[in-house]
Amino acid sequence: MKRRWRQLIYLLTATAAALFMFLPAAAETPVEKGLAIAREADARDTGFRDSTVNLLMILRNRHGQESIRRMRIRTLEVEGDGDKILNIFDSPRDVRGTALLTYTHKFGDDDQWLYLPALKRVKRISSRNKSGSFMGSEFAYEDIASQEVEKYTYKWIRDEVYDGLECFVIERYPLDRKNSGYRRQMIWIDKKEYRTLKVDYYDRKDSLLKTLTLTGYRKYNNRFWRASGMNMVNHQNGKSTRLEFSDYRFGVGLRDSDFSRNSLKRVR
Amino acid sequence: MGRPAYASAAVPLALVLLLVFFVSRSQACDLSGHASVEGRFFFRDALFPGQEGNSASVALQPEFYHGRRDGSGLTFTPFARFDSADPERSRFDIRELNYLMLGDHWELTVGISRVFWGVTEFVHLADIINQTDYVEDMDGEDKLGQPMIHLSMPRDWGVVDMFVLPYFRERTFPGEKGRLRTQPVVDTDRAVYESAAKEYHVDLALRYSHTAGIWDFGIYYFRGTGREPDFLLSADSSGKPVLVPFYVQIGQTGLDVQAVLGNWLFKLESIYRTSRDRNFFAGAGGFEYSMVNAASSGVDAGLIAEWAYDERGEDASTPFDNDVVLGIRLALNDAAGTEALIGISRDLDGGDSMLSLESGRRIGEAWKIALDAFFVIGSSEGDALHALRADDNVQVRLSYYF
Repeated sequence: MKRRWRQLIYLLTATAAALFMFLPAAAETPVEKGLAIAREADARDTGFRDSTVNLLMILRNRHGQESIRRMRIRTLEVEGDGDKILNIFDSPRDVRGTALLTYTHKFGDDDQWLYLPALKRVKRISSRNKSGSFMGSEFAYEDIASQEVEKYTYKWIRDEVYDGLECFVIERYPLDRKNSGYRRQMIWIDKKEYRTLKVDYYDRKDSLLKTLTLTGYRKYNNRFWRASGMNMVNHQNGKSTRLEFSDYRFGVGLRDSDFSRNSLKRVR
Repeated sequence: MGRPAYASAAVPLALVLLLVFFVSRSQACDLSGHASVEGRFFFRDALFPGQEGNSASVALQPEFYHGRRDGSGLTFTPFARFDSADPERSRFDIRELNYLMLGDHWELTVGISRVFWGVTEFVHLADIINQTDYVEDMDGEDKLGQPMIHLSMPRDWGVVDMFVLPYFRERTFPGEKGRLRTQPVVDTDRAVYESAAKEYHVDLALRYSHTAGIWDFGIYYFRGTGREPDFLLSADSSGKPVLVPFYVQIGQTGLDVQAVLGNWLFKLESIYRTSRDRNFFAGAGGFEYSMVNAASSGVDAGLIAEWAYDERGEDASTPFDNDVVLGIRLALNDAAGTEALIGISRDLDGGDSMLSLESGRRIGEAWKIALDAFFVIGSSEGDALHALRADDNVQVRLSYYF
């Protein structure tokens, strides 16, 4: 009897020890793993300080008719908060000189100002709802905004090979559910460089709304990966929008004063 | 009509030559702008003698820019319109001809420029630096170029702007043949001033503005020739009664505040104006509620409600003395960028009301068609709108952007 008890105690102790040893690794839940992947992708993109890029936006309707928008984007990394972003529109010609200034925040609403050159007016605009179309394209404001880790919860779904690359497939869910156009987004991130290769957007009724594919990744400053092409296809309305980025520059010396409300009035 | 004296002076000519010199030498010069053809269609016969009916006009506004890498640069924006009906609407103006210099902690603009202050959509009370080009449009958003020295100093605690305005521009008004005018007509050739220096009185303005969290606000003081004239009843050379604009010296304190709370924008503008005859307060405030992607239609809609008050009451030169304006802004988010802004205003004392519409859409990459409309829904004797009661009109404008 006594020996049996002792055996049982040994067994239990061993099991507990084994559990303690292996629990941390084995217990990384899909939620934790999803967050860890998102954090790692974010960490790899931290430290670029500032960047400028030219963007050509090609809107294509159901019948294949295209229209074009051109803009320049200036970004300033802000430590401890979201980036400051300035979009300067060059075409269509009637909106030339219009500029959109966004202070992205990790928590709460972003701050946004629009500059209207015809009136020389700087206008504060509401940024609460992010599901609206950006410049009539298939990109919503939330698709092009600074992608802060804190704005979503995450879940790792599976690993799979996409486009010849080993990928994590994770899902993310907007925290601000009321003002996002999405229930969830499914993201393919390559395991080696943590680049986003594809995103499926599911609308609030959880049916597939759009698919974004990112192509032509290039490494800048030996560190930062940027896609040169993004194609957003809307499965529900048959429209699509292609973004072509060119002339990426990092660390060009942009300052806080280049992202002030005052600077909007003299932006060129 | 008080054509600007400086337009014929040697200084701008020299500046233009300098500009041509710069532009011809530089790579970084830039020409843009727009040309437009416009038709105005009136639904009723004119009320006053001499007024014409439907009209057509053409306008051109090119913009030349020559900039340096550091952001300094020269801007030249002339504007010209030719109108088939009203000679007062056919005119030339220099909207901008200025040089912007940038320092580490300051920006200096010297020359003719345009500055906008204010937050509300339908009433523009606080905006005072530039004179209103009333004959261009009644909405108070078209402005004449204002000669200025403008020093702007952005700091962590806000922006300080200082203005020296050495020359005054008279407000434009429709002539005898024009619609949307008063009776008697405003005779802009006979403008009188309180100041002996007349249009050469040097006006000054100081403004502080800042953004703090959800708040954007600005406060200013302006001292000089009031942009809004009083009117004196007089007679022209042939003995016909005319209104003569009288520009008095004023001091004006202005405030504009805006707060963004989620989908709501709350707005307030107010002024307190002092002059030798009277001191008064005027204010406008309200909200705009934005409905992005309304009902998942892709359409962005904004609901606007504003209340405007003017202590002068019926004597106010604007139709907004105690009025409510309700408006809807629509952006269809289509490839053509179709947009519309509709507003209905109603006087809470008299009951006169009007409807205005501004709308437009692109045609291809370089063309745009706009449709504007103005209707007086009800007016009575003594209302500011009463003189316009037969001037319901629709304007169609085709613009080419280059």
